[in-house]
Amino acid sequence: MIPLLLIHLLIGSGILLAGDRLGRRSFTVAAIPAVATLAWLATQWSDVVGTPSVLDADGHASAGEASIASIGWITGLDLDLVFRFDALSLVMTLLVSGIGLLVCIYSVGYFAHIRPGQSRLAGLMTLFAGSMLGIVWADHLITLFIAWELTSIFSYLLIGNDDRNAQARSAALQAIFITGGGGLALLLGLIIIGQSAGTYRISEMFDSPPSGTAVAAALVCILLGAFTKSAQAPFGSWLPAAMVAPTPVSTYLHSATMVKAGVYLVARLSPIVATTGHWRFLVLAVGSVTMIIGGLRAMRQRDLKLLLAYGTVSQLGFMMLLFGTGEYKIAQAGIVLLLAHGAFKATLFMLVGIIDHQVGTRNIRELHGFGDGWLPVKVMAVIGAASMAGLPPLLGFIAKEKAIDTYLEYGDFAGAGLTLAVIVVGSILTFAYSARFVLGVLGVSGRPGTEIRSRTAPPPELVFAAPAGLLTVFTVVAGIAPIIISDLTKSALLGLDPAASPSTVKLWSGFNTAFMLSLLIIAVGTMLAIFRTRVAALQTAASRPLRRIPSTEGSFAWLIRAIDTSARHVTRIVQNGSLPMYLLVIIGSAVLVPVVPMLTEFGDLPSWLDSAIQLPIVVVIIASAIGATLIRRRIAAVVMLSAVGFAMAALYESWGAPDLALTQFAIETLGTVLFVLVLRFLPTRFVDLAPAVVRPIRLMVSILVGAAIFVFAIVSTNARSDVADESISTEMIERSEPDGDGKNVVNVILVDFRGVDTMGEITVLLVAAVGAVALARGSRQYDDEPLESSSTEEPVG
Amino acid sequence: MRRSLILDVSVRLLYPSIIVLSLYFLFSGHNQPGGGFVGGLAASSAIALRYVTGGVDAVRRSFRLRPWTILGFGLAISVGTAIVPVLLGGDILEHATLKLHPAVLGDVKVTSALSFDVGVYLVVIGLVLMIFEAFGDDRRHEMAMIEPPARPATTVVEEYRPLDDSRSVPGDRGDPS
Repeated sequence: MIPLLLIHLLIGSGILLAGDRLGRRSFTVAAIPAVATLAWLATQWSDVVGTPSVLDADGHASAGEASIASIGWITGLDLDLVFRFDALSLVMTLLVSGIGLLVCIYSVGYFAHIRPGQSRLAGLMTLFAGSMLGIVWADHLITLFIAWELTSIFSYLLIGNDDRNAQARSAALQAIFITGGGGLALLLGLIIIGQSAGTYRISEMFDSPPSGTAVAAALVCILLGAFTKSAQAPFGSWLPAAMVAPTPVSTYLHSATMVKAGVYLVARLSPIVATTGHWRFLVLAVGSVTMIIGGLRAMRQRDLKLLLAYGTVSQLGFMMLLFGTGEYKIAQAGIVLLLAHGAFKATLFMLVGIIDHQVGTRNIRELHGFGDGWLPVKVMAVIGAASMAGLPPLLGFIAKEKAIDTYLEYGDFAGAGLTLAVIVVGSILTFAYSARFVLGVLGVSGRPGTEIRSRTAPPPELVFAAPAGLLTVFTVVAGIAPIIISDLTKSALLGLDPAASPSTVKLWSGFNTAFMLSLLIIAVGTMLAIFRTRVAALQTAASRPLRRIPSTEGSFAWLIRAIDTSARHVTRIVQNGSLPMYLLVIIGSAVLVPVVPMLTEFGDLPSWLDSAIQLPIVVVIIASAIGATLIRRRIAAVVMLSAVGFAMAALYESWGAPDLALTQFAIETLGTVLFVLVLRFLPTRFVDLAPAVVRPIRLMVSILVGAAIFVFAIVSTNARSDVADESISTEMIERSEPDGDGKNVVNVILVDFRGVDTMGEITVLLVAAVGAVALARGSRQYDDEPLESSSTEEPVG
Repeated sequence: MRRSLILDVSVRLLYPSIIVLSLYFLFSGHNQPGGGFVGGLAASSAIALRYVTGGVDAVRRSFRLRPWTILGFGLAISVGTAIVPVLLGGDILEHATLKLHPAVLGDVKVTSALSFDVGVYLVVIGLVLMIFEAFGDDRRHEMAMIEPPARPATTVVEEYRPLDDSRSVPGDRGDPS
């Protein structure tokens, strides 16, 4: 598994590095990791899937062995990259790499006339595929989180790849704000349940489920992550906005793979935590609302791609309803739906891309049917939409049938009846928007008066249409003979919940209630499709009072604006441009925060004088310090300060610290020179323009700083004498010669005992030097063009 | 510009002596007062003397390498000294000692800490050179500093000399134009 992830990383980065040199061939290169993954998957198939149809003596079914791989990372913290490949991971891998491969082939057709920057998409999609595989293979919660965030980042880059398009940029930002915010909540939740369960491994959580008071809150956090990722209400606004991305990207990320990550996480955790906290209630409530609202909005779209996007939102809500219950029988319907949805939604997206590419529009008002050679496209559109609507004998029908059937039979938890009603209503809406899609593609919804381009549009080339064809074949074959996916879904269910006893997936299960409900869905859905104009009018009328409620898109924009405005206000207060104010804040906090607590430690004063020579030195220090505050010429003040410094060096020498004295002496010399260097840019005299009230405040601050330094010096001196016996300095002196091979303890400390500190300090010096040059050079440039800069600079007030 | 002959000559004598002194500080620092930091500061004072006599051009002439090269080189030496032991399987900054017995000089002990100190020495010098490069490279202002204006300005506004001399007080003798 790990080599496969590395292949994705290497080939993805390679394509990015190649830039535009590869052109549309980059998509062929991007197919390599997908092919490799599928080949590896084929070798694992029989081991991982096993024989779930054969029951053991107790009547239990069992799946094959999951294969495990791990890399040690921070083993001490139990933080490793652990991957576990069971049958559910296999189903998801099939979606990620299978559809990924088809999308790569499709892209070769879609990007027939590739523009600069678009081959980047191939690299980003490869990297995304690797991250997505990371999610579905992860067994360690933190591994899962890392891969999860990577998919958000690549999704951001893919949506915003056309960086000159403002709409694409804002859609990309919206996507990363929402999914990234959810990701933060997710991290919090994962850490809490990992800590309370005592393990971060999902596979070990069955034996030690998380328990404790914080778990309920943690689960809400995790659901926030899952809901934002899977575009559930009210976080769904980013998914339709993300449709500005090229169609291959939408097909891959925003219908088949990434948006299923949230569903996948809910599926993985539900068997463990469904009855804990409000998990089940939240999933069912949010899923229901999403399924209905997504369906209603899909029925209103004229843009075929947006129609499919809202349809995806609705179907993701449906999947939440199937996986969030924690009932394994219902979850099996969810697994079938995962496969079915992956197949038909990718097909339909690809077809919309073909229409958009060949005709130049995807608005149903501007489509008037197609000419010769378009028959395969029309057939595939009808089959895909039929599978979406849930018509037999297609895979979509089996999924929905099984969902209703299992809900009827095993839905014995609170709210199951209501949820079933939601599923039926949602499926009716799904039927209605599927019909709208088909009518739109066939040209029934075309309006006179618009330019008729579709009839003369050239049919797509083979490489462009073939991927959708393959998926259509799968939809039909798996629908007629569901036995080919039966074992796979059984084992996947066992991967979710080892105690499950899965059932066979069948096309025909008799005249039961589920079949009756399916007939009802088809009947009502057909009515909605026939009376579509009246339904649309009714929807418009019904939605009028709802306009008052701010939409999620509007609230998002408002939130971003509010953040901007408040940031501007805060900056205006905190960064008001007054240097004395900055100094006051910095010095004030430096004095108050560390020194005030020290006052309690303030103890005995040390002896006043150690030797007679110190007296004149101290007199010089005090006199120069006072002189520096009184003198009016800047250069003289600097000289006074230097006098303080040199006298300090003499003081060190009198205490027998030649090294310190030498350093102080050198620093002081150089400091004075550099001071003068900068002083030339300032007036020669201090000019106090501050009002008279400010000056006492400054005086007080200065005195306060002096007092604080005094307290600091006394307290730190006393602190050392308290522990003089086993002081670290004694040990350093003892070990200097044998361990550091030097007699000068100060130097041995600098280059050996505390060498890493020194290394950090010289790095800081380097940064400071670069900063000084940039500052000085920058201000020079400012001076060279005074007019231009002053006009662009905002006045600070 | 009025140059002081005495200053010029004495700096010519002092400069090499201070550099030698700084090297002494650097090499003897492990056992006596000194070390890379102090050595670097001493060398920097010598550079400051050069600057006082000949401006930033004199400083540039005394070093063939550009300041940022010296700075980066110094950091690379120090970090390299820290990392090489790790690559050889030891701890970071683990030091090694080499005892040499050359004929004339007697016993000489060379520790790897010395190369770390050399890095520090170069970083300090590089930093000071950078600062001279940043704040000292304006020729017109050097003149203004060395030779103060003949008529001391009476008000603040006139006295303030912005970096761009085209707007400075007319009649300022320090202005070479």
